[in-house]
Amino acid sequence: MKRLALEEEILLSVEKPARYIGNEINMVCKNPSDVDIRFCMCFPDVYEIGMSHLGIQILYDMFNRRDDVYCERVYSPWPDLHRILKEKKIPLFALESQDAILAFDFLGITLQYEMCYTNVLQILDLSGIPLFSQDRNADHPFVIGGGPCAYNPEPLADFFDLFYIGEGETSYDALLDLYKEWKASGACRKDFLRRAAQIPGIYAPSLYEASYHADGTLADFTPTEANIPSKVEKQVVTELTDVVYPQKPLAPFLQATQDRVVLEIQRGCIRGCRFCQAGMIYRPTREKDVEVLKTYAYQMLKNTGYDEISLSSLSSSDYSGLKELVTYLMEEFQGKGINISLPSLRIDAFSLDIMGKVQDVKKSSLTFAPEAGSQRLRDVINKGLTEEIILDGAAEAFAGGWQKVKLYFMLGLPTETEEDQCAIAELANRIAARYYEIPKEHRNGKCQITISTSFFVPKPFTPFQWAAMHPREHYIAAAKTVQEAVKGQLNKKSIRYNWHEADVTVLEGVLARGDRRVGKALLRAYEKGCLFDAWSDFFNYNAWMEAFEETGVDPDFYTLRERTPEERFPWDFIDAGVTKEFLKREYARAKNGEVTKNCRAACSGCGAAKYQGGVCVENSNQVP
Amino acid sequence: MRIRIKFRKYGVMKFVGHLDLMRYFQKCMRRGEIDIALSGGFSPHPIMSFALPLGLGVTSDGEYLDIAVNDTKSSEEAVRALNAVMVEGIEILSYRRLFDTDQKAMSAVAAADYTLRFRTLCDVPQVEHEAAFGAFYGQDAIWITKQTKKSEKTLDLKKLIYDARIYREEGSPCFALKVSAGSKENVKPELILEAFYHSLGVDLKPLSIQIHRIDLYGEKDGGFLSLGEMGEDIA
Repeated sequence: MKRLALEEEILLSVEKPARYIGNEINMVCKNPSDVDIRFCMCFPDVYEIGMSHLGIQILYDMFNRRDDVYCERVYSPWPDLHRILKEKKIPLFALESQDAILAFDFLGITLQYEMCYTNVLQILDLSGIPLFSQDRNADHPFVIGGGPCAYNPEPLADFFDLFYIGEGETSYDALLDLYKEWKASGACRKDFLRRAAQIPGIYAPSLYEASYHADGTLADFTPTEANIPSKVEKQVVTELTDVVYPQKPLAPFLQATQDRVVLEIQRGCIRGCRFCQAGMIYRPTREKDVEVLKTYAYQMLKNTGYDEISLSSLSSSDYSGLKELVTYLMEEFQGKGINISLPSLRIDAFSLDIMGKVQDVKKSSLTFAPEAGSQRLRDVINKGLTEEIILDGAAEAFAGGWQKVKLYFMLGLPTETEEDQCAIAELANRIAARYYEIPKEHRNGKCQITISTSFFVPKPFTPFQWAAMHPREHYIAAAKTVQEAVKGQLNKKSIRYNWHEADVTVLEGVLARGDRRVGKALLRAYEKGCLFDAWSDFFNYNAWMEAFEETGVDPDFYTLRERTPEERFPWDFIDAGVTKEFLKREYARAKNGEVTKNCRAACSGCGAAKYQGGVCVENSNQVP
Repeated sequence: MRIRIKFRKYGVMKFVGHLDLMRYFQKCMRRGEIDIALSGGFSPHPIMSFALPLGLGVTSDGEYLDIAVNDTKSSEEAVRALNAVMVEGIEILSYRRLFDTDQKAMSAVAAADYTLRFRTLCDVPQVEHEAAFGAFYGQDAIWITKQTKKSEKTLDLKKLIYDARIYREEGSPCFALKVSAGSKENVKPELILEAFYHSLGVDLKPLSIQIHRIDLYGEKDGGFLSLGEMGEDIA
């Protein structure tokens, strides 16, 4: 019978013990002594969040297809268990074998958002792995990071041995093969890092050195040894249909945030919204073959027993086979008690038609993400959505029986004025007005418009990477402005307004565009007890500010500065496909309110064409 | 057609709670290709109900769920198909067609058999267990106060215990209890042990008792009949 790392009394005294037992449907069982490499994959947040993540499912499946690798998982222990592990000095363990993380060859940590960075330190700490990579020796696993935040890995540089930049499907085999060779050779730890750094996409931070100007900006960033590349190339899968995809994904006992079969239909996005990091770093947009997706859908539903399937992509409406795929899913599965969920669809006649078929119109709500209230600002951010499209879409939805509309916006966007903020309320009012244009006898009571705003944080490898953020007070004032403006609208009784807290925004800003020096503040924050910063119940703003002060890291330097066009960024050593020249061009166009066409309408020469894949090689769109 | 499934819950699965287990079984029905009937409405769900939820940390040799099916394999095939898709810690023991006259598992439950033991030897209170338990159970009435969400009520435990026995396993005292269960009057077996040791002036350490459910019974002809003996095997 399966052995557990934790005693029963401990498991029964913590919340949701099923977070720590593994044993889920489709969990991979191998004998650790039969493999050469033990890889532990980590999502540094609570189990239910981590289990919702598609990337780990893909890598878990890909690694375990190799006979010489056993890939297991670990997630952040909740604070209740964290305290017990600390107090009783119980080492953190992997779910499958329940063995200590220290017994592994690799600890791979996915970095999906900045607010999980203290949880990264928690994982290392509870595992008994020295926090600084320079303090690790032959007894310790290699700690490797990946995911979107690895596109600026510098705040975490001291804590990781390696980073993998880009899509995991391309270079991991080479890295694992190298590891076996290195292990057999008996060479030193540093030797592995050196050789790993020569694999495309692999970055070994300890082999690079940063120097700074007197004003604090980055002066130089160079390899400390010969044969170490000065540029790290983002990894891209050229033919997405051909790469492996998990046919038997894990299905947890606990209800995960994303508790359904996830079918990835494409990567990348043709839209080019200027605030969106995903839209830039996952270029070029690549589709998966619709016939292959049909067989995947069938297999995955059968193998997991899930009653729901969701399509995953940054912009599903742009997937060319959408109609065929959705029609197939409805015909094949809908009568069998399988729900079909369709996120990120643009609202138009087609999407309303299929949504009307797959959801209960009366209960469900439609989501629009105009991101900015005024047309001027929508042009600045290149959100190719006009007021006419939004209003017509809403009117069509109301006519189709929907009454609830959700609207998502960002506050604190570059060039934003009070007028733009008020325009959010005005747009909501005009949408409501469209509802009340319907004759009373055809209406079903009031409509419900919910406005949600989040605060914009500029990210690396976006046209806004040069942009300044605002002081915390500014964000709070902006939300107040929207709130007041909502109160002044004719249809205010049909409009609700929610906003996110401003405190984390500043911190997210520091970590997103931080450099190596930010790492010491991060460590101090963890020592002060900061953990689960993404959870508002746990986020401790004051402790973070103390940590900055005590370590001499000035948050304003990272957030409030408009960067000059010449400034060298900590992430400039990464070649993410999109060139700095393109991003500069886009930033200039943004300031002029000039819209840039989507990749299918016209190539904007972003640089991603060098990968020779996806939309860049579609017939209609030749690179100029 | 109504089917009753009997299963065993052991090992690490005792840390999976009732609601999560329900979701798990819904998946297993589809994975095992059981032609389960769906409810009506906009979001149809498989028709499935459990006899009596099992608390977190409790193991069992006699758990039951009733399902409705459109069509069925034989009992033997269905048990095999389901066991092929089970995780370690859940084992399907039987799959039987219910008669029209059989009550739903949930309504049928009237009694349950449990064994209770101390998780570790050092949790065992230093008392004369056998003699004291004989005296405790020999009383005409065992009054306890039961804390409910809204109020306190006093309750005669004795009427709700159908059988109680103390025995030893590796020197440690164990208890075999048959108690009233189900929707009418459900007795948590640990309540009896708490009352017993409390009468001796001993407060049990939290989590010191490991509970194991052996079986669930319905009433029949003035006696008890296992839920698993209701209905018939499908050839």
